[in-house]
Amino acid sequence: MIAKPIAFAILFAAIVAVPAYAQETASASVPAGQSAAPRPVEVETLPPRNGNFSFEGPFGTYDRAGLQRGFQVYRQVCSACHSLNYIAFRNLADEGGPGLTADQVRALAAAYRVPAGPNEQGQTVDANGQTLMRAAIPSDRFPPPFPNEQAARASNNGALPPDLSLIEKARVGGANYVYSILSGYGQQPPAGLTVGSGRFYNPYFRGGQISMPPPLNPDSVTYVDGTMATVEQEAHDVATFLAWAADPKMEERKRTGFSVIIFLIVFTSLLYFSYQRVWYGQH
Amino acid sequence: MSGPSTYQPKTALTRWLDERLPIIRFTQEHLMAFPTPRNLNVWYSFGGILAFFLGLQIATGIVLAMHYTPDAARAFDSIEHIMRDVNSGWLIRYLHANGASMFFLAVYIHMFRGLYYGSYKAPREILWILGVLIYALMILTAFLGYTLPWGQMSFWAATVITNLFSAIPGIGQPIVEWLWGGFGVDNPTLNRFFSLHYLLPFVLAGVVALHIWALHVPGNNNPLGIDVKSPRDTVPFHPYYTVKDLFYLACFLILFAAFVFFAPEALSSPDNAERANPLVTPPEIVPEWYFLPYYAILRSIPNKLMGVIALFGALGVLFFVPWLDWSKVRSARFRPVYKQFFWLFVADCVILGYVGAHPVSATLLNTSIPLLWIGRIAGLCYFLFFLLIMPLVGRLEKTNPLPDSIANSVFGSAPQRSETAT
Repeated sequence: MIAKPIAFAILFAAIVAVPAYAQETASASVPAGQSAAPRPVEVETLPPRNGNFSFEGPFGTYDRAGLQRGFQVYRQVCSACHSLNYIAFRNLADEGGPGLTADQVRALAAAYRVPAGPNEQGQTVDANGQTLMRAAIPSDRFPPPFPNEQAARASNNGALPPDLSLIEKARVGGANYVYSILSGYGQQPPAGLTVGSGRFYNPYFRGGQISMPPPLNPDSVTYVDGTMATVEQEAHDVATFLAWAADPKMEERKRTGFSVIIFLIVFTSLLYFSYQRVWYGQH
Repeated sequence: MSGPSTYQPKTALTRWLDERLPIIRFTQEHLMAFPTPRNLNVWYSFGGILAFFLGLQIATGIVLAMHYTPDAARAFDSIEHIMRDVNSGWLIRYLHANGASMFFLAVYIHMFRGLYYGSYKAPREILWILGVLIYALMILTAFLGYTLPWGQMSFWAATVITNLFSAIPGIGQPIVEWLWGGFGVDNPTLNRFFSLHYLLPFVLAGVVALHIWALHVPGNNNPLGIDVKSPRDTVPFHPYYTVKDLFYLACFLILFAAFVFFAPEALSSPDNAERANPLVTPPEIVPEWYFLPYYAILRSIPNKLMGVIALFGALGVLFFVPWLDWSKVRSARFRPVYKQFFWLFVADCVILGYVGAHPVSATLLNTSIPLLWIGRIAGLCYFLFFLLIMPLVGRLEKTNPLPDSIANSVFGSAPQRSETAT
């Protein structure tokens, strides 16, 4: 009868390992569906490089300093073209996030201008036809860089810079993908590939030609904490920040999950002994 | 099977109630004293697991509907609102989304168990047919639910699936426009899909009640596939199967929790994290994992109408299983030939799922064997199993001798222990 509990222990281990493996393979590799599809130009798309992020694995958490540096990169570089529509200023002070203080968030928000809405006279524009603006407050969301899609395309050579709130959930490879794209410029295009005008060779981008100009340079930002601002470092930090933007409840989720699994294992063990007790001599 | 009731009301109040609404008697007969074969194994726990997941999906779904906005312009935003701003909204949504996958995993185990032990044979044909009906309702409900977040894959899944009906000659296009409520998948489509997604689980619950009713008339089948002959063959449902089902449910919940908390998006497509865009078709439209075998069957046939017929045929053939299998013996334990074909059929379904997950033009691993042809052969085998193997094996197979009773196979031929009060 000792074999049964051992068998169940192995079963527990296996069923916890299966989803972990599924998550690993889902985030680390490009599915065959994407690499095998025929393409107009024969360019090999490289699988994303592994950024060894602190938030991987069942116990991984966000690197707080990395989040803050990544936010600095987003704010000073990416936000010129990319919106962050689902993030409010207050989120930067949320538990499990970059960990700004409430005062820092208030000061940060006050530096942004957002549409004020109608005044007492019902006007939304001033005498010159300009939209009435006010300073942002923590509950406002990050104002987008362009008023609409057409304006965004007009300013970007016809290409639309995607919103970044969910970019790491919307791309195979997640943070590794964003990290690889941002640090993947400046390589020699394969022989025979003519890179179109206004496009840039990037082996991690599907098809190899991306419309985004190389966004990061060494010292694009001067880090407050004194970290060397290499392209690698900046790409890694902003990929960390965007991982949080896409999944801000990750730390709460993993913490809750740990308690739930422990509880379930204890509960299941008790049920197992009850089951054996009730069925004693009956099977 | 339950026989004359043994319930005796003990107080004046319960006597009074028993003459008007015998609900205590009903509970006592059907949930507690119900005689259940004593040899049911782990695979018989999945009925209870499925009941739990139906309840969980309804409970989490009702809470999600309190925060969700069924409007093509705002649905995607409202999902993000649930994920970011609603207290524990992420938990409720991940329970619901992964709950659907677990529901299907459990129903597939439940169905394969029925096929293995011959649980569809007389006198349980209606029980099986109601089960297939439940499965069909699950497919429909899951598809409708998948469209509600209004991401890219939601939108294009809705487009592909509704367009299947355009294959019907003559009236196909009008039917599709009637389903859409317009000339394309748009706000009216989303609104009706939401309405039906909320309605169907309750219809499903009704059919589940009929399914359990149809189970309680002949009683459970069992791994030996032989009838219950004496009270020694059975134990009362409570506490024997309540505790056993709870134990296996708890094991299953560990798997469920591992997905919900540590890999909540492992089973969903990255494309669905992008807002629906009617102008951009994703490179590959892939359904959720539980529909992949059907998707492979649909795509393996070049003619659209024939593909759709094969798709619905693959589900429809299940309704006829009780009359396709001619064997007098229920359980595959005593059917050496059928047992092997059963496992080949399981492998065939897995192969179809693998084919469905890959593009039509893909080849097998590093070889040059086209997956399309593997899918075609596997699809053919799917139908051959039901239409040829089942009737033929049932007629020709030499089955092994059956044990004389459930109790004797559990305890050995001579009674060694005291009987359970039933």
